[in-house]
Amino acid sequence: MKNITVIDYGMSNLHSVIKSFQKVSNKKYKVCVATTNEDLEKASMIVLPGQGAAKSCMQKITNNFPRLHEHILNKPFFGICLGFQILFEKSYEDNGVDCLSIIKGSVNDFSKKISQDLKVPHMGWNKVEQKKDHTIWSNIPRTSFFYFVHSYYASAESKEDISSTTTYDIDFTSSVIKDNIFACQFHPEKSSKYGLQLISNFITWSESLK
Amino acid sequence: MSVAKRIIPCLDVDKGRVVKGINFVDIVDAGDPVEIAKKYDKEGADEITFLDITASYEGRDNILGVVEQVANEVFIPLTVGGGVKSFSDVRDLLSAGADKVTINTAAVANPDLINEVTDKIGRQCIVVAVDIKKSIEQYNVFTHGGRHKTQLDAVNWCLECQARGAGEILLTSMDKDGTKEGFDNEILCEISNKLSIPVIASGGAGSLQDLYDAISLGKADAVLAASIFHFGEYSISQAKDFLRDKGVFVR
Repeated sequence: MKNITVIDYGMSNLHSVIKSFQKVSNKKYKVCVATTNEDLEKASMIVLPGQGAAKSCMQKITNNFPRLHEHILNKPFFGICLGFQILFEKSYEDNGVDCLSIIKGSVNDFSKKISQDLKVPHMGWNKVEQKKDHTIWSNIPRTSFFYFVHSYYASAESKEDISSTTTYDIDFTSSVIKDNIFACQFHPEKSSKYGLQLISNFITWSESLK
Repeated sequence: MSVAKRIIPCLDVDKGRVVKGINFVDIVDAGDPVEIAKKYDKEGADEITFLDITASYEGRDNILGVVEQVANEVFIPLTVGGGVKSFSDVRDLLSAGADKVTINTAAVANPDLINEVTDKIGRQCIVVAVDIKKSIEQYNVFTHGGRHKTQLDAVNWCLECQARGAGEILLTSMDKDGTKEGFDNEILCEISNKLSIPVIASGGAGSLQDLYDAISLGKADAVLAASIFHFGEYSISQAKDFLRDKGVFVR
C-alpha cells in the first residue's frame, strides 16, 4: 500500500493532520509518521506540518532528516504553516534563520508591517484568493475562507510560484505551488470542508505527477 | 482587513454528554458531542468550544475521549476547558486533538501556569476563561464554575492574563448567563478596548441581535453561545447571514 508520510520532528500536534489525510484518502493510502530519514524513503508523498519557531524547526529537520531537501524536490510534497515557511530562502524570526531556499522570497514579521490595531498572531478565518487555475483548487470557490495561526508572513518573489494570496492589512503569499510542491500558510486540517477538499485535490494531483 | 468575527457554539459537557447550565445550576441534556459538533461544522461554526462543567469536582477522563472522537471527525478549531489544573492537563488535551485549552480556576490559583504554557507551546493555544459578576464597585472574578468569589477585579485580571501570555480571553458574565437578555456589552467593551488579544463574549445570548450587539457595542472578536443554537431556535448559518447583512465580516 502507498504511504502518505507525515514528518514528526516533535514540534507540532499531528493529530488533526493525520486524521484529515486519513479521512480524505479513504483507506487508499496508509498515513504514516516519519521520525527518521529512513522513514521518508518509503513515502509516496510527504507532508510537513509545523508550529513553533523557524530556527528550532530548521535545526531539528537538519539533524533528523538530512536528506529532506532532496525528497522535497523528488516526491509530491505538502507543507503546512511552518512547513510552508521553511521552503523560502530566509525567515526573519529569531534574528534570522537560513531556510531551504526552494522558493525565492523571505518570511517577515507581521508586527513590523501592519497597523497596530491588528492583532498578532494573525489567528482566525481569512480569505484566500487563488492566483492560479490548478487541480489543487478544484471545487473550491476562487475566494474562500481558511484558518490561519501565524506571526510571520511569507513573500514569494516570483509570481510563478504564488498559488494564492491573503490580506491582513498587507497582501502576503498564503500558498505556493512549484513542480511537485504545494505548501500553504493556513491550516487545511482546520479549515472545514474546503480544507478537506484541498487535501483531496493534493492527493489527486500527486497521483497525476507519477 | 482583519480576520472574520467568529461564531462559536459552546458545548457544556458532563460525563461525555452535552448539557447546558442555566446560571450554572439547572442542567438539561442536549445530546451527543460528536453529532452536535458535526452539525455545527456543516452549518458554518468557526470553532467549537467544549467546557467540562463538572470537572473541577469530579473525574475528567471522559473529556479526553470526547475531544479525540470529535477531532477525528470534525476539522475546525476545537477549544476545550474545564478542570484544567496543570501543564500536563493542557498537553493531554492538545494531544487528544484540541487546538486551544481554556483555563479558569487554575489560572487564578497559579497564574504562572499561563506563562508556562505560553513559553512551552505558544501563545495561540491558551485561552483564559474569566467568569465575572457585577458588584457595587467592580466586576469580581469567580472560580470553580462560578461557586467561589474572588476579590480580583475583572479588568485588572484580564490585563494580567494578557501580560502573562494568554492568547485569548473568554469572558462570561454570570449575571447574564442563561438569561437570554443579551451579553453584558458594557464590561465587554471596556475589556476589549483595553486588551490587544481577542476577547470572546459569553453569557446571555438570546437573539441574533444580541450576537450583533456583542460585536458592535461590546467590540468582541468572537461570540460564544449555546442554548440559542442547541435547541434549534437559530442555526449558525442564520446567525452568519444576519451579521453579514449588517456589515460584519464573517466567514
